[in-house]
Amino acid sequence: MTLLSTRGLTKSFGGLQAVTNVDLDLPKGEVRALIGPNGAGKTTLVSLICGRLAPSSGTVTFDDRAITDLPAHKRVQLGIAYTFQITSVFPRLSVRENVALAARRHIPKPDVPAAVDSALARVGLKNRIDEDAGNLSYGHQRLLEIAMGFVQQPRLLILDEPTQGLADHEIENFKALINDLRKVTTILLIEHNMSVVMELADRVTVLNFGELLAEGTPQQIHENAEVQAAYLGKG
Amino acid sequence: MNKTRRVIGLHLGLLALLFALQFVLPAYHHGNLARIMVLASYAIGYNILFGYTGLLSLGHALFFAAGMYGLSLTIQHAGFTAAPALLTGLIAGAAVSAALALLALRTAGVAFMIVTLMFAQAGYLTILYFAQYTRGDEGFVIQAAQRVLWGIDLSEPTNRYFAAFILFATCLLVSLALVRAPFGRTLIAIRENEERVRMLGYNTFAHKLAAMIISGTISASAGAAYGLLFGYAGASFASVQYSIFPLLWVLLGGAGTVLGPFVGTLFMFYLIDLSSGITTAYMLIAGVTLIVLTLFAPQGLVGELRRRVWRWLP
Ligand SMILES: Nc1ncnc2c1ncn2[C@@H]1O[C@H](COP(=O)(O)OP(=O)(O)OP(=O)(O)O)[C@@H](O)[C@H]1O
Ligand SMILES: [Mg+2]
Repeated sequence: MTLLSTRGLTKSFGGLQAVTNVDLDLPKGEVRALIGPNGAGKTTLVSLICGRLAPSSGTVTFDDRAITDLPAHKRVQLGIAYTFQITSVFPRLSVRENVALAARRHIPKPDVPAAVDSALARVGLKNRIDEDAGNLSYGHQRLLEIAMGFVQQPRLLILDEPTQGLADHEIENFKALINDLRKVTTILLIEHNMSVVMELADRVTVLNFGELLAEGTPQQIHENAEVQAAYLGKG
Repeated sequence: MNKTRRVIGLHLGLLALLFALQFVLPAYHHGNLARIMVLASYAIGYNILFGYTGLLSLGHALFFAAGMYGLSLTIQHAGFTAAPALLTGLIAGAAVSAALALLALRTAGVAFMIVTLMFAQAGYLTILYFAQYTRGDEGFVIQAAQRVLWGIDLSEPTNRYFAAFILFATCLLVSLALVRAPFGRTLIAIRENEERVRMLGYNTFAHKLAAMIISGTISASAGAAYGLLFGYAGASFASVQYSIFPLLWVLLGGAGTVLGPFVGTLFMFYLIDLSSGITTAYMLIAGVTLIVLTLFAPQGLVGELRRRVWRWLP
């Protein structure tokens, strides 16, 4: 069953077309990697999906419901969670409060403290819970950002380059986390780290100059000559 | 939990102190403190929008005046008694702040400052225009006989102090409860990063709208109380100066702290009071002190206290 689909999704910034005519179908329960060179339009595409940006044209359907005209907060309430590529935690609020803010909109009030605790334990930040988020290292802020995403118990979790700046053992922990989450949610993962993509993704979508270049299993994508020219060759 | 007890202890302690002070203060300071408590309530209202939600309004005099004129005009011209007049003041404040919010919240940053300033200025001019009823700049006196609330004569200093205390205590506790509740926590998050809050599923416009109505209504309650307790309504309370005052008080005391508005109002009131006793150039002394404070305590008095000593201050 298809959870998310886009049709003819296009976004231009002035003269620049960052996303061109993208048709994307994401089945429920899949872990889909979205890859492409820098500036390919990955962040723009997911921003159109989660409502941060309005498309120039095209439609977005989530769980058989047209959501193109829904404001971002309503889409999030429907179960689309987005974690930012540029770390966007609340630096002057405590780690606990950061995650609680994310949780409160989505789970019953009495369950919030326990959910916050377990989300932070899951990313290994439990012992930093009372510190200001701004005091965390960059990598730890990335982990906090991820915790703020999955604590919402979303139906679609969009992660925008979550492993950027993580240490190797943190990346291993991240892979384990995704392997847990894939049992309960659908994941759209923008990722530059090829080992993460190869290991985690059910399927891979490649974006190049705003257009869909290829789609397939990690293996197929790995062997695709066009993709190699556009992306892997440079990486 | 320990933290909760400390927070509640501190705020109730301040209220107990203010309550007790009325029995020991000489008449002059007794009168001052009543006035300070009313003005601090105004600052508390301002702080909810500026300090906690991060929206810098330059038009709060409009809300203060809505409360003041909602009360005084209905007493003067419609023959209202104090209680319904007070209620009218509150309703006027809520209505005016809702209307201005719907317009001004379409903007942000400097544009928000300008829009609020312009509307407050329009309100001020409206009061001048209807001088037939408002007596413009000169204003009008509300007679002592009309300042009786539930049989209590509010022109009498002891009653007046007590009424000011009740108003202040209510505003302080409302503000404390608000910023500790999830709603208030969300406002703080909006102040820090609105886009992020939106992407967590919050309708940030609705939150800002509610914050502005709460802020405006508290400001209006202070304006109405001011008219009722001190027996005067004049257009100067709607002037831009009265929009700047709460900003200064809150900045001095500590924006985004519950006690900051009171501390800032108290400090500024006595700074001007004391320096004007020493020299006619008292505004100079006040100005220099303010500059020194902004340089060395940029987060305000209570803000610095929180940064350096009491990290748990709300
Ligand atoms: N708000 C904006 N205004 C103008 N141009 C933009 C804006 N956002 C993105 N762009 C441009 O759109 C193109 C796609 O950017 P986008 O951030 O979506 O790429 P990306 O695939 O996420 O890249 P990266 O891997 O570097 O994160 C780029 O050329 C970028 O400069
Ligand atoms: Mg990107």
